[in-house]
Parts: sequence; structure tokens; C-alpha cells
Amino acid sequence: MASLAEFKTAEKSWWCPGCGDFGVLAALQKALVELGIEPENVVIVAGIGCSGRIGNYIYSYNFHTTHGRTMPVALGVKLANRNLTVIAAGGDGDGYAIGMGHFLHAIRRNPDITYIVMDNHIYGLTKGQTSPTSDPGFKTKTTPEGNLERPVRPLQLAIAAGATFVAQGFSSNQKQLVRIFKEAIAHKGFALVNTISPCVTFNRVNTYDFYREVLVDLDNDPNYDPTDRVAAMQKLMETDELVTGIIYREPESIPFEEKLPGFRPEPIVSQDWNLPREEFERLLARFR
Amino acid sequence: MRELVWKIGGEQGTGLDSTSDVFATVCNRLGYYIYAYKTFSSRIKGGHTNFTVRVSTRRVLATAEGVHVLVAMDQEAIDRLAKELVPGGLLIADSNFQPKAPEGVQMVTVPMTEIARDLLNPVYRNIVAIGASAALLGLPLQAFKDYLAEKFAAKGEQVVQGNWTALERGYSYALEQAADKAFQLDPGDGQRRLIMTGNDAIALGAVAAGCRLVVAYPITPASEILETCARILPKFGGAAVQVEDELAAVATCIGAGFAGARAMTATAGPGISLMQENIGLASMAEIPVVIVDVQRGGPSTGMPTKHEQSDLLALAYGGHGEGPRIVLAPGTAEQAFYDTVLAFNLADNYHCPVIIASDLGLGLWQQTVDNLDFDQVVIDRGPLVDPKELEAMGRDVFQRYAFTESGVSPRSLPGMKYGQYLATGVEHATDGKVKEDPVNRTRMMQKRLKKIKKLEIGGQPVPGILYEGPERPEILLISYGSTFGVVAEAAELLREQGHRVATLQVRVIRPLPVEELRAAIAAAEKTFVVENNATGQLAFIMRAEGVEHPVESILKYDGTLFRPNEVVAAVLESYKGVPA
Repeated sequence: MASLAEFKTAEKSWWCPGCGDFGVLAALQKALVELGIEPENVVIVAGIGCSGRIGNYIYSYNFHTTHGRTMPVALGVKLANRNLTVIAAGGDGDGYAIGMGHFLHAIRRNPDITYIVMDNHIYGLTKGQTSPTSDPGFKTKTTPEGNLERPVRPLQLAIAAGATFVAQGFSSNQKQLVRIFKEAIAHKGFALVNTISPCVTFNRVNTYDFYREVLVDLDNDPNYDPTDRVAAMQKLMETDELVTGIIYREPESIPFEEKLPGFRPEPIVSQDWNLPREEFERLLARFR
Repeated sequence: MRELVWKIGGEQGTGLDSTSDVFATVCNRLGYYIYAYKTFSSRIKGGHTNFTVRVSTRRVLATAEGVHVLVAMDQEAIDRLAKELVPGGLLIADSNFQPKAPEGVQMVTVPMTEIARDLLNPVYRNIVAIGASAALLGLPLQAFKDYLAEKFAAKGEQVVQGNWTALERGYSYALEQAADKAFQLDPGDGQRRLIMTGNDAIALGAVAAGCRLVVAYPITPASEILETCARILPKFGGAAVQVEDELAAVATCIGAGFAGARAMTATAGPGISLMQENIGLASMAEIPVVIVDVQRGGPSTGMPTKHEQSDLLALAYGGHGEGPRIVLAPGTAEQAFYDTVLAFNLADNYHCPVIIASDLGLGLWQQTVDNLDFDQVVIDRGPLVDPKELEAMGRDVFQRYAFTESGVSPRSLPGMKYGQYLATGVEHATDGKVKEDPVNRTRMMQKRLKKIKKLEIGGQPVPGILYEGPERPEILLISYGSTFGVVAEAAELLREQGHRVATLQVRVIRPLPVEELRAAIAAAEKTFVVENNATGQLAFIMRAEGVEHPVESILKYDGTLFRPNEVVAAVLESYKGVPA
């Protein structure tokens, strides 16, 4: 079984000191180790943005895609080789602005992929513009008089679109985050983990201290039933999504790839692709 | 007669497409060469539509010059199409709508609707029309009966009998009316060849080549590729997936290519525009992917159901930045099949996107294919590292983007121990990690671009052109895509007029076979480039890539394919005043 050291790379981090993404990286590496997954069987599909650098720091197969396209690329990896552990990772801009269309359709499709969104309510890599999760009135370089738009509510959207696993973590709550990641990866189907990952350079509003004060931890509520879709929606509305823990999970989830007609347990990449001659002739017979 | 042209026109959504399909398939089974095409629009019911079937004793791959038998299911069909009838041509009309024929047109009215009503099934109207057509073209009725029996076997004896009766009544009614005016087509050779569209051929080629994932978004005129694969792939452990847009379609294929599968997407111009950024990603991260563009009228939504070849520049050079991509241009269904197999082998050998530049004419029109040879299908996975060697290396040793003489670096696949690397659209070092310094940037650009200077598979060069005719011709006609068939026929017509003509089909658009083009054009007295676009994109690419010899463009961009005579006329026009 691989050790934590085996999941690390020698690459020096580009993230600012104190960036929430460090906590996400550490929790993900720990979760993978604890699940006993070998590094060569992990594919991280990352988006564009500060968080998209995560692949540089994990010794797995890594695919750093175009902006907003982690969902389809991850789907392709999973369809090609269903034995792999496929994790998509990106920021709130990558997932909920430019990639929003794919996000909702990935949820509808429910492939066995874990999607970690490192949500900091700001565009960091382009140095401080408003994001789809920015609060109304939030002042940035592109909204000097304050953000005019309502924020995206990704967790409610996910549940409304039929998500089979929805969770939210906080990068400084490592213990909970590792557990969420482990359960998300083990979940058979699409698992969204929106992870609050504060930007210490461009967001002076949604800080670690701010979140420590306002976040509701579902782990402290023994009566909360994460298999109740209506209760999950209600909790998200009540807390305005300032909540951490596993919010919703569907125990009977069947991943997309298992529903495909004729799709075999053996991954496509390991199959013999040569058609038997008689099969080829049978295909041609339709055209005679 | 060696060739006859049959046409049927009427309202869209009334089963004329399957009527035409029955007629074309039976003629193909009789051993004729078929070229069948239609005029249609982006609506399901209503509006005029028509289908044309060229039936010939030799290979034909171009639009017909005239019609011998026209079947009109309504007056609009007569008003629109009767002018296409050749002298002596016959108009068969349903007596139901009291057809009025233009002066000088020989009309045979057949009570199609009445017979169908008599048989208690309105869809038999079209079968009556086929029976009447068979009679007036001199085609054996039995072949149609055999095919209908096979086609409707699952629906039971009663349906087969009903079809037969409709067919026979149409046949005998037409003979009674106009036996003296009937055409007599030379018999077919009885060989049971294939009849298919370019879209069919590409789907078959993909499955044969080991493609097990086809991911696309519906679009005219490419949707049939996804539909055919949805039917076939599950039998072979693969899947066809309809995704939310073309961005997702190509990105999913690229993800699958990274993981080691063979994946393909198929689209038309608007989809190509959306895919460009990710095609660049596959170029940059050196990932195999196959993309089919069935070109249609552009720009923007353009003319979705009309033919054009105006995406060529976008396919060869589209998107931002400069990266390697290969563009193949099949001109027949047969070539489309082999090119699709080749596309996957090239993608795996050169680690870059391979685009198949098809067009609406090739993609949708049915044509006879002599055969598809299973023995020519070889799956060549290209340079992959050996997992055992990787493991012996230990971690952090393998360099996915190592500099090599050819520019191609062996790749690892997820699951291989110590083959881990970062694939990224960002400029990177040999291990895949981000590196933007000028020296590395220059070397990496050169590495990627030099990969596709010359294309080879299994040590054999990939032919860039197909040349037919004398070595030093008076006239050289250059084509690509479905224009190939038109140019072949135009060359025949010019030869009949005493001209020394050669044809050159450009089979690879990128990398353009510059040397071959130069030599051929230099040896010809006059060269014409025949294309279905307004600006002469192939001629433009030829000039840009260093084919400096003067050529003349023959262009058409009205949404229809060239007829061979149009090409002949354009060639002769250019000679006006100059002694031949």
C-alpha cells in the first residue's frame, strides 16, 4: 500500500503561503492513502486557475485541461478505463462560470467521478476579479462598486439536478475533509465536494476567521439524515450553504458507465479491439 | 442504355426517403453502380423534398445532368423538377392530385393513392410508385419483390403480400399506359456490392479501427455517425454518448485518448468552431484524438442541409497558437472507411489530433462501394513505453515529452507504475511540468511541429495525393472531398472532346503534399482547383505552403455540388479565345 510520501512530488508550490488549497491537497493525499489506492491508478483532471495547479503536487497521472472542461475530460478518462480513480479538481470560476454547463450535465449523467471544487469566491490567478460565488456587493477589480449579481448556490443546484452525493468541506477542518473525500471517492457515482478554500491574497471578506464563525457543522447534528433529499435542500436554504459535512447521498446510486448498454466490466483500454472477421462481415451485410 | 436517372419528389415527411432507399438498394443488388442524393431542409414535416438515384453500369460519384424518370407525388414536384427531364424523359404522377404537366413533357398518371386506399394502407402509395418506376426503367420486378420480402419479413406475411400487390399493380398499370415509352437499362452485372454513405463508412472504419468511444452532439449532417455507432458499439464493449455540446464532445474524447482508448467525435462547422480550443489542447499535450467534420454551408448556422467545403482553413489552421494536427480528406465512401482507420493509427503514432475533412455530399449521399477489405485494417498503437521498463526505471525518471529525433515521445498510460506525468495545455518541460523559459519553449515548439512534416505508418509513407492520367497533361484538375467524383467524370467528358486531362485528388490537407503538388502542376499546361467554397481555400493553402505555380480556381458555393458539365464548361470558358 502506498504511503503519503509516495503521493507527494518534489515540485515547489506556486500557491501563496496560507492558501486554502494546501489544506485540500493534504486532505486529498491522506484520503487516497487511507483508501489504499495506488498512485498510478489515480487520475487528477484539473481546471485552469490557482487550484488547477493541484496536479503538479500529487504523484498521480495528471491532466491539466482547458478552462472549464474538467467534467468532460474526466468522463472520457473514466469511460476509457473504469478501473481508475478519477478526481476532477478546480476552482469556483472553472466549475461554476465557464464550466457550469458541464457541471450540471455531469451531475445528471452520474459517472463515478469525484469533483472537488476549491471555492474561494474570487478569481485568484488573474489577480482579483468577481466570481460566480462572490457575495452581492463584494468589491473587486471588475466590480469596483460591488458585485451586482446573486451568487451561484452550487450545492442546491447539484441536488436539484439529481446529484447522488453532495458535500461541503472547509480546508482548515482537515479531519472532516479527509473523511468527506474518502466517502466521496468511495461513492459509486458523481460526488461533488465543494470545498471552502480561502484566498488570503485577494479576498479579505471570506477569510478563515469569517468561516470559523459562520459555518454549521453537520457532524454535530446526530439527527441529520443525509439520505433525505428534501431535508438536504431545506438545510442548504436555511444555512445559505454555510454548512459543512455530507449533505446528501443516494445509497442506491448506479454510475453512468454501469448503465451503458453492453459496457463491459473490463476497461476499454484492456480489451482486444480487433474485430473477428465474421463480425466485420456481419456489419457489412447491412449495406448489401 | 448504360445509365438512367430516377427522381422522386413530394412533401417532406411522407416516406420518400425510405422509398428512395428501397429503389437504390434494389438497383445496387442488381449489380448497378448507384449514386443517390436528396434535397431537403431543416424541418420534419412539410416542405418540398426530392431524391435522385443515378443507376449506372459503371462507377458514378457525381450529380446527374438530367432525369429519365421523374415520380411526382404532388404538383409542386412537377413545377420544380419537370425541367430536369431529358428529351424522351417520363413523368410519373399520382393521378390523385390531377397533375398538370408542362408542354412537351410525357406524363404517365398512375392512381397511386387510389391503389393504396384499395389495399387499406396509405403508405403503399410509394410502393406503387416504385412498381411503376421499375416498369418504365426496364428493371426486373422480382428483385424488388425479394427485397421487400426481406425488409418486411419481421412484420409478417400480410405486410409482405400487401407490398407485393402494391408493387405489381403499379408495375402493370404503368406498362399498360406506356409500355412503348419505357426505357431499357442494360442489365446489371449481378454483383452484390455495398451501398453506403460516407457517414456509414466512417462509423464502420472507426469500429474496425478499435474505436470504442464515440462522443458527439447532434448536428446536421454528421449525426448519423453517432447514431450508427450507438447501434454498433455496445456489441463490442464500447459506447456512443450524446453529450451537452461540442466542447464536451471533443474534451471527453481527449480524456479517453489520454487514458489510452481510441475515441472519436463527429460534427459540422459550428461544432468545429467550438472545438478549436480543445483541439489545441490535444496538440499541446500530445494526445491522440480523431475528429470528423462533415462540412456544410457556413459561416454561423449557414445552410445546415446544404453542401459546402468552406471549413478547410479552420481545420488546417484554426484555433489560437500553432500546434500540430493532421487533416485527411477522403473523397469516396471507400476512402472514408480506410482514412478513418488511418486516422486512428496516425493519432496514436503522432500523438496529435487527426481531423477527417468530410463534406455533406460525401457524408450523406449513398454510393456503391466495391468492397471493404478486412485484411487492410491494421491497428497500430504507435510508441508506448513498456510497463516493465517503466517499473525498472523507478519514479520520476520517465520523461513523457522527451526530445527525440522524430519529435514523437513514447507515452505511458494511466495505470502504468512510474509512468505518472502531467499532461497540460501549458508549455512544459520534458516531464510535463510547467516551464516557460525561451530555450525550452523554442525546443518544445519545434518538437511538436516537426512530428507531422512527413507521415508514415509502419514505415510506409502515407500518400498525400491520388493522381490519375497522363504525366504531361494539357489540363490538370485538382479536387478534394466529394468533388473527387465530379472531377473524375468531368475529366472523362473533356477526354471525349479530345483534351489530354489528368486529375489530382489531394488526400492530405495537412501536412500538405507540397512536393507532389509542385511536380504535378509544373508538368501540366493548365491547372484548375475545383472547390465548393467562395474563396478558393485549397488554392490559398497551396500558395501559403509554397506551391507557387499559378492555378485557376473553379468555385461553387450555392449549396449544391458541381455537376460534371459545370466543371467542363468552366474549363472550356477559360480557354475561350485561346486555341486548344
